[in-house]
Amino acid sequence: MTTRALNRRVFLAAGAVVLASGGRSRAHNGTIHVSIENLAFVPANIEAAVGDRIEWTNRDPFDHTATVKGGWDIVIPAGQVATRIVQAGDTVEYYCRFHPNMTGTIKVR
Amino acid sequence: MKTILKAALGGAFLFVLAQFAPAQDKPSDPQIAHIAYTAGVIDIEAAKLAISKSKNTEVVEFAQSMVKDHEAVNVQALDLVKKLNVTPEDNPTSQALTKAAEEKRAELGKLEGAAFDKAYIDNEVAYHKQVNDALQTLLIPSAENAELKSLLETGLKLFQGHQQHAEHVAASLK
Ligand SMILES: [Cu+2]
Repeated sequence: MTTRALNRRVFLAAGAVVLASGGRSRAHNGTIHVSIENLAFVPANIEAAVGDRIEWTNRDPFDHTATVKGGWDIVIPAGQVATRIVQAGDTVEYYCRFHPNMTGTIKVR
Repeated sequence: MKTILKAALGGAFLFVLAQFAPAQDKPSDPQIAHIAYTAGVIDIEAAKLAISKSKNTEVVEFAQSMVKDHEAVNVQALDLVKKLNVTPEDNPTSQALTKAAEEKRAELGKLEGAAFDKAYIDNEVAYHKQVNDALQTLLIPSAENAELKSLLETGLKLFQGHQQHAEHVAASLK
């Protein structure tokens, strides 16, 4: 783990924000948390089961999206939360339409 | 250094940033803050022109996101300079950027319809590329204050995202 990633986790812990751990993501009560900070999905790669809820929390002052090319498109406004219930076909790569250098993946178990 | 800048940059940025090329002439933090802020304002003004002129939904949405993002990052920049008690300092680079942008806006203002859309988006691709190159080769390495450097790094990721977004829109206009 990089120092930067470590710092981020320490920082988040200090802010009393409870998040899925940095590298892997675990569904707690069927919810998988993805933070958006500094123009990145954290963690970028998640695994989920059908019916789990993915919850993106946008901590940036910029609007972002979680977009699947030729598929679904979820807008996550600055400072807000957006969710998706995982479907069977959701093993996907997704990106932000506004900032396509932001990418993530979902793998359905 | 001059050669690197020449290779990396085009247009107005080439001439104005070349002035800073020798190491001892690198821009100061107050100048860097001013340049970064000015670069954002320029893109906001171009976007407002596009919002008023374009009939293409994708182009208008792109322009709207440029206004929102650059305004948000400039609010962060103003908060930071206030916190650091730094007064952004006008400089030849900012002035040359503003002048080049005014000329570009005048040029775009004469175009209509699809010709406008194409010229605006092509310029957005080129402009963000130039700003990214300037951030990477000059502004970020020159910044002394860690928080300013960090904000510029966020700015770089944002501008890189905008460049790709603009490239996607450009591809869809063809
Ligand atoms: Cu984004």
